[in-house]
Amino acid sequence: MEDFHKVEEFIKIAEKNNISLAQVVVNREMDLTEKTEEEVREKMRYSLQVMRESIEKGLNEDVRSMSGLTGGDAKKIEKARKEGKSITGDLFSRILANTLAVSELNAAMGKIVACPTAGSCGILPGSLITVADENEFTDEEIIDALFVASGIGIVIAKQASVSGAEGGCQAECGSASSMTAAAITYLMGGSNDEIASAAAIALKNLLGLVCDPVAGLVEVPCIKRNAAGSSNAITAAEMALAGVKSVIPADEVIIAMKKVGNALPDSLKETSLAGLAATPTACRIKEELLQNSL
Amino acid sequence: MSNLSAFDIIGPVMIGPSSSHTAGACRIGNLAKEIVDNKLKDVKIYFHGSFKETYRGHGTDKAIIGGLLGLKTDDGRIKNSFKLAEEEGFSFDFFPVDLDDVHPNTMKLEIIDQDDVKTTIVASSIGGGNIIVTELNGTRVKLKGEYYTLITFHNDQPGLIAKISEILQIYNLNIAEMEVLRKEKGRQATAIINLDQKVEKNILQLLRDIPGIQSLKLVKPLV
Repeated sequence: MEDFHKVEEFIKIAEKNNISLAQVVVNREMDLTEKTEEEVREKMRYSLQVMRESIEKGLNEDVRSMSGLTGGDAKKIEKARKEGKSITGDLFSRILANTLAVSELNAAMGKIVACPTAGSCGILPGSLITVADENEFTDEEIIDALFVASGIGIVIAKQASVSGAEGGCQAECGSASSMTAAAITYLMGGSNDEIASAAAIALKNLLGLVCDPVAGLVEVPCIKRNAAGSSNAITAAEMALAGVKSVIPADEVIIAMKKVGNALPDSLKETSLAGLAATPTACRIKEELLQNSL
Repeated sequence: MSNLSAFDIIGPVMIGPSSSHTAGACRIGNLAKEIVDNKLKDVKIYFHGSFKETYRGHGTDKAIIGGLLGLKTDDGRIKNSFKLAEEEGFSFDFFPVDLDDVHPNTMKLEIIDQDDVKTTIVASSIGGGNIIVTELNGTRVKLKGEYYTLITFHNDQPGLIAKISEILQIYNLNIAEMEVLRKEKGRQATAIINLDQKVEKNILQLLRDIPGIQSLKLVKPLV
């Protein structure tokens, strides 16, 4: 199996074999699972289908979380967009609405694709699919971009972490944003170096982001951080596609993310002991939820 | 982590909101159902640690019941599992508990099946939807639902394990992992044998017929 542990190796395999980054990941998956190319692609096709359904449901159904804390914000953005009230225009407004739709659906026990985690599941579908549909890419092209996203995610998971409990939110929403930036840059025809830059820039911008969920739930601030992760991914992709380079290479950014994660105290890694989770309002919410509990 | 799949990153497809508190809880239910392998009558669920504090907001309660009903982690019916359990005719209740020195995401299940046989299971959700059953009927075990697992309760006597492995060898069943545990020398012991292949019913009977075997159970892997 032609495996890679770094972004640099990922790109080298593609260039040595004169194939796309997407194909590198597909080939690796075929070797790993002893499946055919069509079987591997079919599995990603299913993921894309669930992603699309999660956007639809999140936008159109009455979405309320189990705790009652969140839900309905995607609809607000969508309404404002339709009324022409967006500051940045239609596309960005749709990216935000679609991202929130998926994250809100997750909090409401809806069906989603973890990418890389459930807490960060809105970023990749909300950004990538919206940009792809705007530019009329085919599903097969989006599937290729999803493989590129997973390739970046594989490197991050190997070299650092994609778990909030281990690395903070930078490891979840940061990784998702990095994967998404790379996927969009790939989709829009960016070079391999531009894709690596996009991944690096997106992750750099969210370095140090802590995981401090209110009452321990995947809702506040997680859902809005997905929206931030999407806007950051678009920012990074737009820069990379314009030729802006990341001064720090992607592989070094990933190692830095791991080290920052290690340096973060446990209180800021999903334990809800500090940050937003320790604010007076969060403590009050937690108390109220506990009173309705066992 | 060199065998990390692209679908470990883009995936799993699951019912939210949490891989550990929702998907993991569902899988604990799936594995408990496999272990009991009979129609359920009553289940008492004791939530420890983070489960105790956040189970409602994470839908852990709905997920564990859904799992006990055999629903998979991506089944939209998990949200309505309480009603489904009612239709299936099994009762359930939730309690808070403080278990000593266990993973923060741990629950204890007391399950009564339709034949009034009681099974007690302690299980933890250890991240990314992965789970481990650490205690079965008071005996320390390590069950992750990754293999076809044989669980024996037998007399602690020389040669018994050799007889088991002899039968497995005859039928070309490969032992991936194995652990033998006992509470006291010469008394009851337990063997947890993880196999790479499926075990047919006739082989299970041969194993059950080994003198000294009190009981033997096969737990299928989770999909």
